[in-house]
Amino acid sequence: MRIRPNSNLRTGLRVAALVLCVAGTLAAEPASGGIPNIFAPQSTPAKTIFDLSLFVLIITGLIFVVVGSLLVYSVFKFRAKPTDAASEPAQVYGSTQIELAWTIIPVLIVVVLFLASARVIHAIQDAPVPESALQVTAIGHQFWWEFHYPKLGIVTANELHIPLSDPAHPTPTFLNLLSSDTDHSFWIPELAGKTDLIPNHPNTMWMDPHRPGLFLGQCAQYCGTQHAKMLLRVYVDTPEEFAAWARAQKSPVVTNDGVSAGRRIFETTACINCHTVQGTPANGTFGPDLTHLMSRATIASGAAENTKEKLRLWIQNPEAIKPGSLMPAMKLSDPDVDAVVAYMETLH
Amino acid sequence: MSANAITIESVPAGDQTWLATLHGWLTTVDHKRLGLLYIAYGLMFLVVGGVEALIIRIQLMHSHNDFVSPQVFNRMFTMHGTTMIFFMVMPVLFGFANYLVPLMIGARDMAFPRLNAFSFWLTALGGLLLYFSFLGGSGLYGAGNAPDVGWWAYAPLGAKAFSPGHSTDYWTLSLLVSGFGSIGTAINIIATVLCMRCPGMKLGRMPLVVWLYLVMSGMVLIAITPLSAAQIMLLIDRYLGGHFFDTQAGGSAVLWMHFFWIFGHPEVYVLVIPAFGFLSEIIPVFSRKPIFGYPVMVAASVAIAFVSLSVWAHHMFTVGMNSYANSFFALTTMAVGVPTGIKIFNWIGTMWGGRIRFKVPMLFCIGFLFQFLIAGLTGIIQAAAPVDWQLSLSYFVVAHFHYVIVGGILFATFGAFYYWYPKVTGRMLSESLGKLHFWLFLIGFHLTFDVMHIPGLLGMPRRIYTYEPGRGWDTLNLIVSVGAFIQAIAILVFVANLIISYWKGEKAGNDPWDAWTLEWSTSSPPSAYNFATVPVVASRRPLWDLKHPEDPDSRYE
Repeated sequence: MRIRPNSNLRTGLRVAALVLCVAGTLAAEPASGGIPNIFAPQSTPAKTIFDLSLFVLIITGLIFVVVGSLLVYSVFKFRAKPTDAASEPAQVYGSTQIELAWTIIPVLIVVVLFLASARVIHAIQDAPVPESALQVTAIGHQFWWEFHYPKLGIVTANELHIPLSDPAHPTPTFLNLLSSDTDHSFWIPELAGKTDLIPNHPNTMWMDPHRPGLFLGQCAQYCGTQHAKMLLRVYVDTPEEFAAWARAQKSPVVTNDGVSAGRRIFETTACINCHTVQGTPANGTFGPDLTHLMSRATIASGAAENTKEKLRLWIQNPEAIKPGSLMPAMKLSDPDVDAVVAYMETLH
Repeated sequence: MSANAITIESVPAGDQTWLATLHGWLTTVDHKRLGLLYIAYGLMFLVVGGVEALIIRIQLMHSHNDFVSPQVFNRMFTMHGTTMIFFMVMPVLFGFANYLVPLMIGARDMAFPRLNAFSFWLTALGGLLLYFSFLGGSGLYGAGNAPDVGWWAYAPLGAKAFSPGHSTDYWTLSLLVSGFGSIGTAINIIATVLCMRCPGMKLGRMPLVVWLYLVMSGMVLIAITPLSAAQIMLLIDRYLGGHFFDTQAGGSAVLWMHFFWIFGHPEVYVLVIPAFGFLSEIIPVFSRKPIFGYPVMVAASVAIAFVSLSVWAHHMFTVGMNSYANSFFALTTMAVGVPTGIKIFNWIGTMWGGRIRFKVPMLFCIGFLFQFLIAGLTGIIQAAAPVDWQLSLSYFVVAHFHYVIVGGILFATFGAFYYWYPKVTGRMLSESLGKLHFWLFLIGFHLTFDVMHIPGLLGMPRRIYTYEPGRGWDTLNLIVSVGAFIQAIAILVFVANLIISYWKGEKAGNDPWDAWTLEWSTSSPPSAYNFATVPVVASRRPLWDLKHPEDPDSRYE
């Protein structure tokens, strides 16, 4: 169910959208792609919302032009002039007909806008879950994202991989949204509107991306000190890429004797209270699963690139990257940090 | 009404010692003095909340700025929101109510003068409690910390587990205490309007601002109560082992949201309805015509009050309500636009065919009309729930509600300051400084809040202390921050005008604007007893009747 305005209206909508987008991007500086933008939808829910927003923008824009013109006209036309007579202007107290007109017309506009909105609400919220859908559980934490793929047996963090959805054979992703602490909100503007992750209040949302690539977003609901650096990356993979990624995520960690020193430090300190490396004694669940840490482009929920230097800094002094993060500084000696980083780098 | 009411001169107060003057102000139960205390208190917090806003804007000038830490930033936006709503706009509006309502209905004071003083001092204590948290917030450590849970303090962030220490308690207690103050004043306004009107002042003849204060006070009673209840429940959770909002023990975070917003949305109308009242007084006088459609304006105000009690969950479209609830709240939210639109049309109808004098109060009212039109329309855009799934919690929303509160309420309030200052002090505010204030503020406002919509469309969430480079947000945020400083300069001009004009301003006389309501019939400033003889009115514009005996309003009503 989508709003299908006729083609003339549609052209008008496109022009309006173009003007808005140009206004938006003109003001914005050039960047290396990946700028989130609610007017560049790449998925059915985002596209449906985009169409509705254009419809609402046109109507409110028309109201603005009409009422704004009346206002400008009356301000200019009826300004006091030196040539005015000393007496007061005609004293008019009101008019029932005019009052009726400017009551009924807005009521009609409200009815139209409401029907258009209700239709989209229903189309998005009550969409049936197809057999082919991928189910993912997203859990919000202060201040990172945990993702479970129950059918695939995958657990990962902060970087969500979902398959491209071919409109002919849709493979939408349905997210089951939970929170382990405070309220969070999942928002990738190009893929769907946001939905909150609330403790004791499971929510769902869905998206069926039509373009592969990286989509950026971040937590939208204030969740505590580091709300700002609870960043979110969604990778939309082609079916082949997605299958390869899933295979790699399920493969066990290859033990590398060269880093046993780092592994021993990791497994004998408090690291394992919070972090899991599958197949090892590390089975904490308070922090991100590190089993395939090296498959991710970023650490600290997107706050830093996943490089040797940043990893080292993150382990030694998380406050330097993300002040207020719940990861404690582990107070390891320099050689120990190097050893742990070397171990981390084998977690492909 | 009796003619001698307009000729009475104010009696100069005898020379008092400084201490006696202070004692007089602290122990006063005079509605005018309490009104001024409220306004002075609110203006002080306008400056404090403004400084907090500037700290926020400096921090956001460019990506990865480190002007303040995330902890400080989070305190700043929490304190800015709480301060501006509860300790700036509310007190200033209550101050105007206190000052104006008795004068406009021909009464000598509020119905309960001592309750009036009690309510003011409760509100004052609330603000002090909130700001004491900067010193005593964390208790033992002495460094202090202010609340940092956001002005909604969404559960479970306000729970003991996530908000240890006392900062959230100061927030809770300050809102609880000032909430009781608001309820006291609301009861007082209702009693005054219903019981203290002078002979002939029927309900249907009251100035619109009085009507709107009556509506606003009714809403305060309904809206503040659930907030106070929620604060008490939060205290029970935090100190007595309750689990209302404690999600770790099966409590409900969503329950808090409902409690907060069933207060929070009517609160927006509590704030904007008096602003509507200011416009309904100022626009007719400066257009030289009576308000267009007085009965419809009253009906629309009451309708706004009723409908606005049913729209709260539009703040919760992203919370995961079912599609029927989302549709219902989309409908009610759009519906509130109808009576609001009627009011805008009636103000245009009032200007239509008039002879508009562009004095400073009128300039601010015209600014209000433009900005409130835009704020209303962006409100309609967000009322379409699916669109709000994108816009909610983003900078678009921040821009929208600042458009309402700054572009609407604050503009109208500035208009009210320029309009009634001569009555309060006996001197006119400087027109040239006033125009400088208006234009600077207008430019700053539009730089800040027009541009602020765009980062929201580009995915920038609110309440983030920093942001990543390369998302197209840098330049936009810089412009927003520059605008904020221009507004700050305009506020300084305004404060300077208030101070300078008090001594240097042109003498106002009783009725500098050639206006029509009762407060202009008495001296400026009015004596403690307001009116030498209780006035008697025969129409909505008693002073028009007096000035135009050949063509009085009373003939048409």
